Amino acid sequence: MFRTARLVAAKDLRIELRSRVVTNQVLPFAAIVMVMFAFALNTDAVVERVAPGLVWLATLFSLLILVQRSFAIETADGATDAMRAAGIDPAGIFLGKALALAAELAVLEIVLLATAVILYRQDLRASGVVLLVSTFLAATIGLALVGTLYGGLAAGVRGRETLLPLLLLPVVAPVLIGATRATEAALGTAGAVVADGWPWLGLLGVFVALFSVGGTLAFGPLIEE
Amino acid sequence: MTDNAVTHQQVIAAAASPAPTVAGTGQRRASASGTPFTRALGIATIIAMAVLLLFGLFLSPADVVQGESVRILYIHVGTVWVAYVAFGMTAISSAAFLWKRTTSLTWDRIAGASAEVGVLFMALTLFAGALWGRLAWGKFWVWDARVTTTAFLFISYIGYLAVRGLGGSHQQRGRRSAVVALLAVLEIPLVHFSVKLWRGLHQDSSVADTTHVKLHDLMLFSLFLALVAFTLLYAWLVIHRQRVMAMQDALDDKGLDYALQQRRREGDL
Repeated sequence: MFRTARLVAAKDLRIELRSRVVTNQVLPFAAIVMVMFAFALNTDAVVERVAPGLVWLATLFSLLILVQRSFAIETADGATDAMRAAGIDPAGIFLGKALALAAELAVLEIVLLATAVILYRQDLRASGVVLLVSTFLAATIGLALVGTLYGGLAAGVRGRETLLPLLLLPVVAPVLIGATRATEAALGTAGAVVADGWPWLGLLGVFVALFSVGGTLAFGPLIEE
Repeated sequence: MTDNAVTHQQVIAAAASPAPTVAGTGQRRASASGTPFTRALGIATIIAMAVLLLFGLFLSPADVVQGESVRILYIHVGTVWVAYVAFGMTAISSAAFLWKRTTSLTWDRIAGASAEVGVLFMALTLFAGALWGRLAWGKFWVWDARVTTTAFLFISYIGYLAVRGLGGSHQQRGRRSAVVALLAVLEIPLVHFSVKLWRGLHQDSSVADTTHVKLHDLMLFSLFLALVAFTLLYAWLVIHRQRVMAMQDALDDKGLDYALQQRRREGDL
């Protein structure tokens, strides 16, 4: 299962490295979203206050695109069918695609965080680094897991990509809440202290645990058709 | 998928007249979803609703604090009860469908019918709740954990119904939607918990906690009457909807057979 996962993840990342869709299209999209947020919210004080939330909101929007992209490369040539016909473990496919998606998300989040530091004047502080890194790790893994799970479901049916946001966004709400609060604590937005962030990281941990097990079990039945 | 030769009308005509049913012999038409039991259930529902109207609007007193607006709660509590029962039923039926020893498309249809009724009643709940909130709190919406979770449930099950409508074979529909329903069960407590952490202003339900609030006996009676009346309505709706779904599935199957027959006949010509 884990060998399959590694191979699938390597394949996905190799495709992305060569096609450069993520770097040339998704990253600029996320950046323009960050700029548009500033237009909508107008004043510097407001933007500085809500910056961590905007980072995660932009991540969620980009997640939708990344997930569709991740499964577009599978359905285009009937690759999923071929893998299933070859008897490859669906759990391995699930974990592999989630791993690749997590790697892409991580790159995206680093860029978004840098954008927040530059455009929204957030300060990174040494005392919050551990919380910040663990929050980004947990949230990234959680988003990649649910994204892959519901992406696989929506990808099975041609022409129904519109379904993905409807299914995915309600599910990732706990990540948005947890990651935003934890990031606020880590960055010290609006005078938040680092200690406030740990319970939220716990919430993200529960989310990851739940969907790593649930996703591995459910992905097979979802794509077997 | 199906093209020219077979019109929808023909398919319906073919499916609606299966061999054993003979029109005009006094036999019940195969296309009806009512039975003596559902008719009795329907009549009981109407009576319960009428009694609820009587108690809710006239016999129960106005609230000391909330005034007449308290009467909205007889609808609100009844509908939210049905919505949660419906979503619970969807989860149980989905699990029953996925479990190999009990798997049957009937479970899938019960899950689907229950979710449809649940979404309808959840919409009514949110609507009645917003009206009541405007009168009681001065605002249509508060970011309270229970209110927010309810809204999430509503959206999630709209998504579930969309998944049911994706197409494919009935077995595919069943498996796919059952998995989504069970994932929703996983997700909803987490959403509730995180919203609760996010906004701490949860008001615990005041009926169960009788030490603090003493409801007027007639109000309490009306409230439980609402639960009974709406539960009857739920059962009646789900039974009928489930049967209509079974007919739709049968229509799909027979429609395909009919189209195949037509093609074969074309080949003979």
